[in-house]
Amino acid sequence: MTDAVLRPEIYREPMSQETFGIVQKPLTLFERLYNQNWLRKLFVLIVIAVCWEVYARWLDNELLVPTFSATVRALVNGIASGVILTRALLSIKVLLMGFVTGVFIAAVLTFIAINTRLGNDFLETMTAMFNPLPAIALLPLALIWFGLGTGSLIFVLVHSVLWAVALNTHAGFRSVSATHRMVGQNYGLRGIGFVAKILIPAAFPSILAGLKIGWAFAWRTLIAAELVFGTTSGQGGLGWYIFEAKNQLNIPEVFAGLLSIILIGLFIENVVFRLIEARTIDRWGMQS
Amino acid sequence: MMAPDHTITPVVEVRGVTLQYKTSDHLVTATYRVDFNVLRSDRFVLLGPSGCGKSTLLKAIGGYMRPTEGSIHLNGREVSRPGPDRMMVFQEFDQLLPWKTVLQNVMFPLVTSGKYERAAAREKALGLIAKVNLAKFADSYPHTLSGGMKQRVAIARGMAMEPDVLLMDEPFAALDALTRVRMQDELLALWDEIKFTVIFVTHSIPEAVKVGNRILLLTPHPGQVKAEVNSVPRSKGETAVRAELEHKIHTMLFADEIEETRHD
Repeated sequence: MTDAVLRPEIYREPMSQETFGIVQKPLTLFERLYNQNWLRKLFVLIVIAVCWEVYARWLDNELLVPTFSATVRALVNGIASGVILTRALLSIKVLLMGFVTGVFIAAVLTFIAINTRLGNDFLETMTAMFNPLPAIALLPLALIWFGLGTGSLIFVLVHSVLWAVALNTHAGFRSVSATHRMVGQNYGLRGIGFVAKILIPAAFPSILAGLKIGWAFAWRTLIAAELVFGTTSGQGGLGWYIFEAKNQLNIPEVFAGLLSIILIGLFIENVVFRLIEARTIDRWGMQS
Repeated sequence: MMAPDHTITPVVEVRGVTLQYKTSDHLVTATYRVDFNVLRSDRFVLLGPSGCGKSTLLKAIGGYMRPTEGSIHLNGREVSRPGPDRMMVFQEFDQLLPWKTVLQNVMFPLVTSGKYERAAAREKALGLIAKVNLAKFADSYPHTLSGGMKQRVAIARGMAMEPDVLLMDEPFAALDALTRVRMQDELLALWDEIKFTVIFVTHSIPEAVKVGNRILLLTPHPGQVKAEVNSVPRSKGETAVRAELEHKIHTMLFADEIEETRHD
């Protein structure tokens, strides 16, 4: 083996900035527009709407596929006459009752689960059993127990929210780092104070994920349940609105109902939850 | 001249403490019959190689685990559980609560422990944040800070509480070398100002000699006291004197190990 070759040392003088052609150059208008997320998505939506319109006109059968314009007209009429809004509000009201009840029960169960070993086993067994069970499968039973009405709806809603939220919250609590726990104990926090001031904020990303999943489950379950019977003392929500429109062969209204379900879902998932995320876990740098 | 009483009674009194913990298949003895006293305004260093139970010992003083034998007293009262009279500074950067700003993090223990009203706590917290040179970052969230800044917040948080003793568990071990030296200097400067009592855990001999005024040497598996020595006074901090002490400590701690390797 030979020694490493001895080389001369190198010293250079960096060039001054003016000698470069371009250091910074603004992007063209098209490039800047193309970088906008929402603009690209809007473009996709417009393409879909145009395809829909063209296909529906070519098919020319309103009973199978109404045109996009007819759907929008039905939606606008529905909103203007207040029908869709009242139906949507009715759905959301029932949904919120079920959602809040579910979250509350989940909170109680999780609190017991993190404090006692038996509660832990209970929650794990129950979530393992009921989480894979679609809430809508319980509707026939609910109808026998609670009759046709809000009671049954809330029962299936609670079922759809409870396990998703409990599962995520519990997993979140258990993954709170040992250091955070020790910091909390160091401050002399115990019991409810420890849960409220350390565990809940530390597990907030998981809890929020649970709430989002719970919301999505509940929203889908509610619409499905309404399609089955829908009436709550002679009135119905959006699901029932779709069912009625179908019975009257008013297909543009069916599409308008579907569209409003999509819009509400998008609003809650992309505006409400997004806002909560931006205010909490994004700001705290806890987004995983 | 008679010293006043409170300088004689130790702040922390560790008597014959044996600590054991269970892993999934072993009962591990972390320390065996360890004795030492920490006096007021001590910078007491627990020094030893990994596996000497120094962190476990600190956790026991923090009240996170009970000794299987012996006792730990804080100002004459037996330690039974964690409390804000012993503030911990951990090695991990995630010890700050990420959902609180720097100011809120420092204020939080002041308010929850009921020691201060909100307004007073705010003032106190701002004062200590300024002392650790983070006044500009009071409203920042921890994830935007560097590792060294996070540790400084943790120190400010610990000292704001004016605990009977500050417990520091290798607080600078995860920092880069330059930041580490600066943090040691800052800690000493703070001590010059406030003269707080601190127990400092480290596995670095130079750090122990620099930071501590009294050093407890522990041998590993299980941790037993090998020696309790005075560090070089900071006024006589010449490198040669320090190096000599460092060498002496090194020989004491690793003498057995060298013996072992010779036999191989």
